[in-house]
Amino acid sequence: MESVFFWVFATVAVAASLLVIGQRNPMHSVMLLIVSFCALSGLYVLLEAPFIAVIQIIIYAGAIMVLFLFVVMLLNVPTEEAPTGYHARLLGGAGPRRFGAVLSVVLVLELAWALSTMRGTPLPGDAVAPTVREIGIRLFREHGFAFEATSVLILVAMVGAIILARREK
Amino acid sequence: MTVSPTLIAHLGLILVVFVALQISAAVLVYMERKVAALIQQRYGPYLVGPRGLLQPLADIIKLIFKEELRPRSADTLLFYAAPVLAATAAFAAFAVVPFGAETTLFGLLDEPIALAVADVNVGLLVIFAITSMGVYGIVLAGWASNSKYSLLGGLRSSAQMISYELSYGLSFAAVIMMAGSLSLREIVDGQEGYWFGVIPRWYLFLQPVGFLVYLIAGVAETNRAPFDFPEAEQELVAGYHTEYSSMSFALFFLAEYINMVTVSAVAVDLFLGGWHGPFPLPAGFEWIWFLAKVFVLLFFYIWMRWTLPRYRYDQLMAFGWKVLLPVAVLNLLVTAYLVLLGGW
Amino acid sequence: MEPTLNSYLVLSAVLFSIGTAGVFLRRNLITILLSVEIMLNAVNLTFVAADRYLQSADGQIIAFFVITVAAAEAAVGLAIVIALFRHKETLSPDAFTSLKW
Repeated sequence: MESVFFWVFATVAVAASLLVIGQRNPMHSVMLLIVSFCALSGLYVLLEAPFIAVIQIIIYAGAIMVLFLFVVMLLNVPTEEAPTGYHARLLGGAGPRRFGAVLSVVLVLELAWALSTMRGTPLPGDAVAPTVREIGIRLFREHGFAFEATSVLILVAMVGAIILARREK
Repeated sequence: MTVSPTLIAHLGLILVVFVALQISAAVLVYMERKVAALIQQRYGPYLVGPRGLLQPLADIIKLIFKEELRPRSADTLLFYAAPVLAATAAFAAFAVVPFGAETTLFGLLDEPIALAVADVNVGLLVIFAITSMGVYGIVLAGWASNSKYSLLGGLRSSAQMISYELSYGLSFAAVIMMAGSLSLREIVDGQEGYWFGVIPRWYLFLQPVGFLVYLIAGVAETNRAPFDFPEAEQELVAGYHTEYSSMSFALFFLAEYINMVTVSAVAVDLFLGGWHGPFPLPAGFEWIWFLAKVFVLLFFYIWMRWTLPRYRYDQLMAFGWKVLLPVAVLNLLVTAYLVLLGGW
Repeated sequence: MEPTLNSYLVLSAVLFSIGTAGVFLRRNLITILLSVEIMLNAVNLTFVAADRYLQSADGQIIAFFVITVAAAEAAVGLAIVIALFRHKETLSPDAFTSLKW
């Protein structure tokens, strides 16, 4: 049963991510990325991490993507034209494009090789999901400094975003 | 997976909740028009059926037979996906709300099951997550209609929803601190019993400010009066659902009413004691108390809509950020102080 | 076939490569930012999968921080995109070739 869910979520995540980078309408890209995030959230539930699954939906799919959506709508981002002719082929086009395509393929091959040297280690069967209480205790005791630093980071990001996006007077 | 009575009971629960939500939406349609009429000293629906009780049926039949229009320049996929998304998020949020005590369904089952579609132990966070997904239905509807009224309405409505989500979440957080658990079932279980034999142990009495913040944020989240500027008829034609007709419009309406029901149901579970009532009902029927309390809150919602004037959009946003959020944060701080030092 | 740790790591590697390919191959600033988000998610998946394998809660805490930092980075990135768009009315990264305008 678990493998069925894994394959379904994995396929949806990969397909949605491929469509995000593959198709040209930016509004559809954002919605497809949301689908991908929801599939990843399902994978987190399978990995006995319900807290991170819900946090992913609340923050990533519920807040960050709304931000992207607002920017796409406000800037009225045009649909990219389909590249034609020489530029249409993946390995054609300008130097950087060719180089980038080759690099991505090399990355996939390298990662696949590195992972194949690892035998398939099964996940421990009787895992006990860490409860939210335990996560909270560890977060605030051992990683308290990182937590406070993150809140300062978010404050800085907020102030920075407001200043950067402000109209010049 | 063997087919056991428990499995059948779970599937039955899903069906029951789904059907009950739709029936409650229909009841709300009637209730809204009748209560509005009584507040405005007129009769309201009285022609269709005895005392107008079949009015929701007439509305549904009308909506089914209307022509389904779509503006030519609208983005087809997103145009039709938006109401589906809104309705799906509305229904899904109710999946983790428990509405009755553990029961063996009159001895049919071997072990008691909890009366909720899914009883997860991060239940409150799931509700918050699905509520934040509900924003997408509205913002996509505004965008995909490709009309200026819809776009403005959609943007304003979604900005309002994400602003009030913060206070919404902070008001939960105070209750979570007092109850020590994220699971709605455990929060309701903690509200059993009485103080001095008379006052029920509801979190309403321990968190009056929290309850107020929750209700206000909940009304703003569901885009209901007095926070319904983005869909006000007098201002923006109809806001984000201007270009929709027939069943797509019906889905938006359904989504709005079911969101109201969900916000009321969560309020009842968090602050008003869930399914515990003054005198105990026979086992297996505690959900009647739950239903009664939810309907009281829904009546309150409708009463507010037809009594209070609407906030202007900038007043609404200023209120959400400058008043409600600091109050919610202060409430959280005071609760934290009391829980830590007072040992509540 | 039960999903092993390997399957999650391979999935994460595939998602990371898709994100990288997106950053290299797309000519639209917003899609580049979306691809960066895909990469961050792939990394999160690795952390949570390793967390399940090692039975500690640390992976989830790191994933929590990654999500939070990604939120901050998306906000600032989008603000920069808005500022750039306001200047040149285009979202193609090829248009921004001078250090000063």
